[in-house]
Amino acid sequence: MSNLSFQHSVSVFLLWLVQASLLCAQHRTERTADAAAPDSLRYLNEVIVSGRRLARDVVPAQTLSGKALQRLSAHSVADAIRYFAGVQIKDYGGVGGLKTVNIRSLGTHHVGVFYDGVQLGNAQNGQIDLGRFSLDNMEAVSLYNGQKSGALQPARDFASANTVYLTSRKPVFDGNKRDNFAATFKTGSFDLMNPSAMWERRWSSRISSAANAEYMYTSGKYKFRYAKKDGYDTTEVRRNGDVGMLRTEATLFGTLRNGDWRAKAYGYHSERGYPGAAVREEPGRFVHQDRQWDDNLFVQTSLRKQFSPFYGLLLNGKYAYDYLHYRSDPRLDVSTMYVENRYRQQEAYVSAAHEFTLSGWWNVSAASDFQYNTLAADLTDFVYPTRYTLLTAAATSLHVAAWSVQASVLHTCVNDDTRTASSAAGGKSAFTPTLAASYKPWRATDFSIRTFYKRIFRLPTFNDLYYTFIGNKQLKPEYTTQYNAGAAYSHHFKTGALQRLDVQADVYYNEVENKIVAMPTDNQFRWTMLNFGYVEIRGIDASVHAQWQAGAVHAGTRAAYTYQRAQDFTLPADAWYGGQIPYIPRHSGAATISGEYKRWTLHYSFIYTGERYDSRANIAENYFQPWYTHDAAASWRVKLYGTMIKITTEINNIFNQSYEVVRRYPMPGANVKLIIHATL
Amino acid sequence: MIKQTFFTFAAALSLAACRTDEPPLLPTTTAVAGSGGGAVQGFYLLNEGNMGSNKASLDYFDYATGVYSKNIFPSRNPHVANELGDVGNDIRIYGGKLYAVVNCSHLVEVMDVRTAVHIAAVSVPNCRYAAFHEGYAYVSSYAGPVQIDPNARLGYVAKIDTATLRVVDTCVVGYQPEEMAVRGNTLYVANSGGYRAPAYDRTVSVIDLATFAEIKKIDVGVNLHRMKKDSDGNLWVSSRGDYYGVPSSLYVIDAADRVAKRLPLAASNMALAGDSLYIYSTEWDYAANEQTVTYAIVNTKTQSIASHHFITDGTAQRIAVPYGIAVNPDTREIFITDAKDYVTPGTLYCFSPAGALRWEVVAGDIPAHIVFHHKNF
Repeated sequence: MSNLSFQHSVSVFLLWLVQASLLCAQHRTERTADAAAPDSLRYLNEVIVSGRRLARDVVPAQTLSGKALQRLSAHSVADAIRYFAGVQIKDYGGVGGLKTVNIRSLGTHHVGVFYDGVQLGNAQNGQIDLGRFSLDNMEAVSLYNGQKSGALQPARDFASANTVYLTSRKPVFDGNKRDNFAATFKTGSFDLMNPSAMWERRWSSRISSAANAEYMYTSGKYKFRYAKKDGYDTTEVRRNGDVGMLRTEATLFGTLRNGDWRAKAYGYHSERGYPGAAVREEPGRFVHQDRQWDDNLFVQTSLRKQFSPFYGLLLNGKYAYDYLHYRSDPRLDVSTMYVENRYRQQEAYVSAAHEFTLSGWWNVSAASDFQYNTLAADLTDFVYPTRYTLLTAAATSLHVAAWSVQASVLHTCVNDDTRTASSAAGGKSAFTPTLAASYKPWRATDFSIRTFYKRIFRLPTFNDLYYTFIGNKQLKPEYTTQYNAGAAYSHHFKTGALQRLDVQADVYYNEVENKIVAMPTDNQFRWTMLNFGYVEIRGIDASVHAQWQAGAVHAGTRAAYTYQRAQDFTLPADAWYGGQIPYIPRHSGAATISGEYKRWTLHYSFIYTGERYDSRANIAENYFQPWYTHDAAASWRVKLYGTMIKITTEINNIFNQSYEVVRRYPMPGANVKLIIHATL
Repeated sequence: MIKQTFFTFAAALSLAACRTDEPPLLPTTTAVAGSGGGAVQGFYLLNEGNMGSNKASLDYFDYATGVYSKNIFPSRNPHVANELGDVGNDIRIYGGKLYAVVNCSHLVEVMDVRTAVHIAAVSVPNCRYAAFHEGYAYVSSYAGPVQIDPNARLGYVAKIDTATLRVVDTCVVGYQPEEMAVRGNTLYVANSGGYRAPAYDRTVSVIDLATFAEIKKIDVGVNLHRMKKDSDGNLWVSSRGDYYGVPSSLYVIDAADRVAKRLPLAASNMALAGDSLYIYSTEWDYAANEQTVTYAIVNTKTQSIASHHFITDGTAQRIAVPYGIAVNPDTREIFITDAKDYVTPGTLYCFSPAGALRWEVVAGDIPAHIVFHHKNF
């Protein structure tokens, strides 16, 4: 049986499905008790619970979960990710502003974002707005440099330079409880109104469900200030930053003998305004009225089963529909050009992953994914592209003595089709490897050193290739190469206030080749996309996490530090050759401290982003001062008639610092939030 | 220990929580080998700055000292909020005042021509170019009245009294009007229709300045942009083409308002000195995915191409994206700017009348528009 499987391990996707069902019929042996635990369970505790074989991940990984995640004064996933090392968030400000993550300076497009195990796609522009994912029902947010080192994972998990995993809450029922209810109401600055409700039910010993809905409105109005020493000092109000959003989500969870499954339906609807860049203008004259409507719907399902100690299977499927409507109306603001466009994206995705445990120290896995993407838009001369992607991954893990080694290779096969003849970009077929190893020198000490190498590319997006007037179908993929070396140490202390300490640090060297950039053609209004750019990044990520206890006081502290030297080496003749790339500080960091005493929880967090430039020309005109914000929160909880009620107040940007993350997109000053949370 | 370190770190930084405001940027001065401007004292160069960056900036070159001062506006105008603004699109001198048309800040910044000190900002939404005649400034704008179809929106020309610096009248013209020229008591406006691709405008609007009303439209060619009046009173109008099948070309409108000639010569920008029209072209071909840069001099008397290159020493190879062009009216020194990738500072090149490089200097982002400052001011 195993030989048969191996022979076909690189065959096409449909064959896998057939084999899977054959295997399914023939292997129904009992699993070991701890085998095939769903990923989400690993994160239920704040302490990292390891996968079943590895003491820790071979690649650098950072996780925020459970209470630690909920305590952050964070509105969205983007706010939470700022506490990780090696991360820069590009934030256009406010609750509704676009927030994308850039890991280790490779660029937003090189981050794969997965929601409950399935990647969130955006074939149109390749960007995932993490500001749209609320932490309301999130159990864990994890970041992996390179790729997650799980053996049983879809091929898409191998296909990004860095990955972020969002894991929604999985129902847990105390004792004989059949239902869990929770309701939350948040309000505060920017006219925020954010109610949400959640219901979880256990239908039988094998099936449970979770449903939740969240509504959010904010006017997005806030004051911002621009001033010069002994010069002007102007305070203006940000307009047209309002967002109305409704998210609904329902998930069925099932357990099987030696496995589990889940099926999820997700709907997101929003309307938002774009405040635009805050440039010099006659104050108050121009209203900035650009608006965008989004509908994102998806259904996804996943099944995992360990058929025998030898063989495990993971199936995933997804269908997504994304609708985007953008309007800029000169009837509302005289200065603007009329734009009214609608974009409709569809994605269908199926994946089968197989894991073969050949012995206690050796396993191999293979996965094959097929993905279909299409984009329709009412743009002039739009070509209506469709993309077919076939991903095949093969991986192996070895655990010999103190060594753990993982090797994988991904094959990507892509073909684009367009409705307009001969407008499609050429096909692409490529193999890309990853190699990771860790070494644990002492049996009794939880210390390991680790290293990885990964080479992967990102494909040009539909916008890069086909956007009318801008797209360039001759674009090549943008490649990244990563080299990483680091160490991790954990210790449980039996005595003293310090109970647990986790320390990790990594140094890395990355290259980005054939960077896809927008380049002007002959005037400001006409740009095109080109493969132009080569960047080298040298960096250090370090983080420390400690848990403390003294009497009835429990405390947790975290700190992360990031150093990045990310230089543009595209043209030796360029005057700015070797300049630090835009928006990457050399130094940045974050720290949090939280304490719990009886009914009280206090939380404080600090974020620092060092000086940086918004152009590779590192000159005074392009300079930004460092910014740093202090946030604090306090909560108090009480049990009333069987209902647990928690009241939290937050003050963010306590010292009211005026700062920008992106040039001319001012961030909010001091702001407050009140949260009332009830669980039954 | 960790806890202590953390507290020390946080405490140290919270002390510094009140960041101090930065002083206005000072100019960067560079001594270049320039001298001998003739009747010209110097010139202002307006850098556009990339859209949304608020990085429009003003440079000044002084022939007497040979010093190029980059980014002079913030230090001379520390009380003008948000500096010069977003996308500097045109610069002119008229009656002792310097006018900078700041497109995406929707205003015309009026300064003292000797000092570049702010006098007033005249609000004109989506303003593009300026022309002057008998005490009035005429500013073209894309932001005409909105009709029932918001996609069919005409532009207009604002008439500004240069004594009071107020808009006194407006005149609706074609779609997305660009450069203008005054001939007699008539204003000619090149209409582009750039917002309406592929349904570009093809006309030049003719405005009677006595009544400030559009009296007719002349059908010329697609996507019109530049306009210069030669010594014979002929108007030279450039068409950008449609970037696909129709190439950029150059038209001549004669004294009788007829399209007298079409030169099959691509023209992105042009400068007139005497009877020579200096032209460069950067044509992007979306089908072939390549940019073609060409240079030419047209003799306006013979209305024919006099030369296919005016940079003679090979420097043209180094200019990635020529963006601005100017010729010293007295000495015939030629200035060309290179906008490069739009997001890093560009370069200004100065050539001798014979086309040999005299000097070069780093300018602001997207150096684009040059106006000569004569000694009689």
